Amino acid sequence: MNVVIIDYGAGNVFSVMTALQRLGVRPVLSHEEMVIRRADRVIFPGVGQASAAMQQLKNTGLHILIPQLKMPVLGICLGMQLMCRQTEEEQTTGLGIFPLEVKRFSSSVKVPHMGWNRIQNLKTSLFRGVESGDWVYFVHSYYLPFCDDTVAVCDYQQQFSAAVCRENFYGCQFHPEKSAAVGEKILKNFLEIA
Amino acid sequence: MLAKRIIPCLDVKEGRTVKGVNFLALKDAGDIVELSARYSEAGADELVFLDITASCDQRKTRLNWVEQVARTVNIPFTVGGGITSEADVEALLKRGADKISVNSAVLADPDLIDRLAYHFGRQCIVVAIDGKQVDGSWQVYSHGGRKQTGRELYAWAKEVEERGAGEILFTSMNHDGTHQGFACEAMAALAGEVNIPLIASGGAGMLADFYKVFSEGKADAALAAGVFHYGMLTIGQVKEYLKIHGIEVRY
Repeated sequence: MNVVIIDYGAGNVFSVMTALQRLGVRPVLSHEEMVIRRADRVIFPGVGQASAAMQQLKNTGLHILIPQLKMPVLGICLGMQLMCRQTEEEQTTGLGIFPLEVKRFSSSVKVPHMGWNRIQNLKTSLFRGVESGDWVYFVHSYYLPFCDDTVAVCDYQQQFSAAVCRENFYGCQFHPEKSAAVGEKILKNFLEIA
Repeated sequence: MLAKRIIPCLDVKEGRTVKGVNFLALKDAGDIVELSARYSEAGADELVFLDITASCDQRKTRLNWVEQVARTVNIPFTVGGGITSEADVEALLKRGADKISVNSAVLADPDLIDRLAYHFGRQCIVVAIDGKQVDGSWQVYSHGGRKQTGRELYAWAKEVEERGAGEILFTSMNHDGTHQGFACEAMAALAGEVNIPLIASGGAGMLADFYKVFSEGKADAALAAGVFHYGMLTIGQVKEYLKIHGIEVRY
């Protein structure tokens, strides 16, 4: 399987690489259009600041390419947030794959939402074999509200989207690459989507 | 609900863990990678590595074991010890560390917190604070507790939050190594001052200590070294105890 991790200088791709290697695939790190278009699976990672990351995508033309992709694409954390229309983080305009707005947690809870939390109301084959109430690892200050595209829910201050799906695009707010056995299962499921 | 985290801390010296380890069937108790994997399997929520001899040469060695840990474990881990610059942090994150911990360097140059948060995002910046209660007030120490800084704990905690720390790791020097319980009062007071996650460190001895630091101390995570390394308690025992007593844990 030809798995490409989009490399746009935003954050820690090493953990995603090694998580996939533990599943027996040899992912390629690339920002080149031809390499990405030929992939069977594309992973769009990201940590850090939304506006800086979005600028990096624009510099390389990836902001046009990513929404056109037809293979299963998985955005992780900031990657998922950038797939949305807009984020409150420095009022950044995203890729618009999910027509949704990412919001900031209010200060009535500790921000960032950091640590292990439960996911529930699981839909799609991404969560095959994962049980409602299983724990995954989150680190984020902005969140995607519950919506029609939500395929996993998490509770922190209110219910928010732990994962979303629309056509071939998947996004998870948590870090499957850091979520022990549960995360490994989710990554494996992503590789096995028919 | 967010789970309370249990974090074993591994002290590293010259590329080896230094505290005695009572895991059964451990081939090499000093092997960082093997020990990390065992703690991860045992249900640790995160790992913290404190590299106590981080000279220039050893920083290069450090990158090798950090990379090996990242290849092996699938839970988050933090690396601290001798980090003084953006370049140090960048190198560690590139090798797979999820967070870095800074202490003396940011006491000498508080603006470093702002720069690190700006470059790497506050979520990966842990500020470690070593505090000691002297004549009723909590004072901040640097250089592994050897140097008094003249800073007061709560004021410093607020400052590091404002500057962009994503998390505070507070070690009470009065409690560290005593196995008599965490500094719950100071923890609860800290929780009233800042709105970022707080890791309590120093004093873990019994199962009830963990319960108290979460219930009374309002901590988000508890870090311990000795009790786990010497096999006094297992992570499973701690989590089971917490679960029975109504504390949310990943179990």
